[in-house]
Amino acid sequence: MTNAGNAPAARRRPGRRASAAAWPRPRRPWLPPGLTYRVQGLLVPNRFYHWLARRLEAFPAAYWLFTAGEKTAKSAIFGCRMCGQCALPVTGYACPQTCPKQLRNGPCGGVGMDGSCEVYPDVRCVWVAAYERAERHGRTADLRLLQRPLDHRRWGRSSWVNYWQGRDGELWTANDGLAAAPEISRPVPSVPAASLAAGEP
Amino acid sequence: MTGAPGWPPNGSADPAGRPVLRSRLAAGEVAVTAEIGPPRGADPDAIGRKLEPLRGWVDAVNVTDNQSAFVRMSSWGGSLLALAAGVEPVMQLTCRDRNRIALQSDLLSASALGIPNVLLMTGDHPRFGDHPGAQPVFDIDSTQLLWTARTMRDEGRLMSGRRLDPPPSWLIGAVENPFAPPTRFRAARLGKKVAAGAEFVQTQYVFDVAAFAQWMAEIRDLGLDQRCRVLAGIGPIRSLRALQHMRANVPGVYVPDEIARRLTGGPADRVADEGLRICAEIAQQVLAIPGVSGIHVMVPGAEQVVPEIVRAAGIPRRQEPPPTAAAPDGSGRATGAPGGRSGRAH
Repeated sequence: MTNAGNAPAARRRPGRRASAAAWPRPRRPWLPPGLTYRVQGLLVPNRFYHWLARRLEAFPAAYWLFTAGEKTAKSAIFGCRMCGQCALPVTGYACPQTCPKQLRNGPCGGVGMDGSCEVYPDVRCVWVAAYERAERHGRTADLRLLQRPLDHRRWGRSSWVNYWQGRDGELWTANDGLAAAPEISRPVPSVPAASLAAGEP
Repeated sequence: MTGAPGWPPNGSADPAGRPVLRSRLAAGEVAVTAEIGPPRGADPDAIGRKLEPLRGWVDAVNVTDNQSAFVRMSSWGGSLLALAAGVEPVMQLTCRDRNRIALQSDLLSASALGIPNVLLMTGDHPRFGDHPGAQPVFDIDSTQLLWTARTMRDEGRLMSGRRLDPPPSWLIGAVENPFAPPTRFRAARLGKKVAAGAEFVQTQYVFDVAAFAQWMAEIRDLGLDQRCRVLAGIGPIRSLRALQHMRANVPGVYVPDEIARRLTGGPADRVADEGLRICAEIAQQVLAIPGVSGIHVMVPGAEQVVPEIVRAAGIPRRQEPPPTAAAPDGSGRATGAPGGRSGRAH
C-alpha cells in the first residue's frame, strides 16, 4: 500500500506493457466453479487412489507419464504451473500460483477498481476471480484459511499423487486461525526424501 | 479509541513501555506515523534532514523498502539512521527481494539493532520499478511473513522450527487496502493477517471515508479492532497533476468525484491548500470512527507538510514522547546505532 503510494508517473506507460512472459499471469479457469467443485469429489483419496499413487511412485516412467497428463489437463484449465501443492479446492478453483506475486493468502492491495491485476492491467486479478467463484457457491470461508509457505522442492511433482498419499493435509490451516495461533511449519517429514530425490519428471 | 487492556494480544509489550509507537497504541492514545523514503544515494545525513521537520509531531516513521521497486538505501539502513536521528522507525520489509532465509535473517538483525517496529508486506512488483528486468522473489507472501515473524518472536523459533536464542522483539505491523476489490474480502484478509501475527495495520490512502467506515464496521464485527490497532492512511493531493496521477496510475487508490470536484473547482493556485484542508478533514473523520487508533500520513517527497496536517487534524504536537518513553536512553536497545542517540526527539 504505502509503497504503491509512491508510484512513479511512468507506471502505466503503454510501451512498458510488453515482455515479462516468463512471469506468472493471472488465469481465470474456463470451467465453471460448480463443475470444478463436483470434479473434486471424484479425486477424494480412497484405497484405489492410494494404491495407484504408490504404484506410480514406484515406477518413474509411469509417474512421469501420469504427471505429464496432470500438467496438460490442469495447465489448460487452470493455468497450473505444477507447484505440486495444489490449493485449488480452497481458492474457488482459481490458481493462486498464476498471481504474478504468487500470493497464496489473498489479493494484494494493488488490484484495480475494475478488478484488474496490478502487474497485468489487461487481465483480471486471479484472487478477484477466486472470490467471485467461491462466493457463488458459498465457499468464501475457504479463503480465510491460512495457507502455509510452499515447499519449493515439490515443483514439478504430481499434486494428485501427493494428495492421495496424504501429504497435502497441512498445506493450509483447519480454520481461520483467529482462536488459537496456528503453527506455520508443516509436520516433518511431509514428503519422503526418496520422493523428492526421485528427480524432476 | 479506547485502549483495550489486552493489547498487544500476545502480551509482548516492553515492560518499560519505551518504544513510542507501542506505548502510544497500548495506552489507547491517538497514534501518528508518517513515511519517508530513504535516499537514492549514499548520503548519511539525508534521513536526518527528512526527519527534522517531523520531530515531535509523529510517534514513529515508516522507512520504506525500495518503494515501487525503485532502488534506494535499504530500509534497515534507513531505520538505523532514523534511530540515530532520534526518531523511532517502522522498518518496512517486503517479500519482493528476499527469500525466507534472508527475510528471517533481516528480521533478526532489525531486533538486534534496536528497531522496535517492523511492517511486513508483499511489496510492489519490479515490473514497474527502475529495474524491470529484475527477478522478483515472492518466496512467501505477506501473511506468511507476518506468521513467520510472530513464530520467531513468540515461539522463539524459525520457520524451520530451529530455536532462536534469544528471540527477537518488535511490534509487528501489516498493511491493508480496504478499497481494492474484492472489497467484501478485505476485512477477512486483515483477519488472516491478525491470525498470522499483525498487531497494527496501516491502510492505503483513505479518500472515500464512507467506504472506509464500512470496512471498519466489518473489522469491528470480526473483533479485529480489539487485537490489531488500525492506523488510517491519509495524505494530501497537492496538485491537479497529482490528482490525475493518483486516479489513473496508482493501483488501489480511489479518489471519489466529490474530492476531485473540490480540487478542480477552485483557483489553480489554491489546489495545494484545498488538498491539505481535505486531508485534515479526512483525518478528523476517520479518527471519529470507532476502532481507529491513529493516522498514518503519507506525503511522498514533501514530508515537511506532515506537521501541518497533524495540527489541522486537531492532534497536538508531542512536546515530548509519552511519559514512559522519556527515559534518557531513548527507545531501547539501539546501542549499536551509528551516531549514538544525541538527536533524541524532544
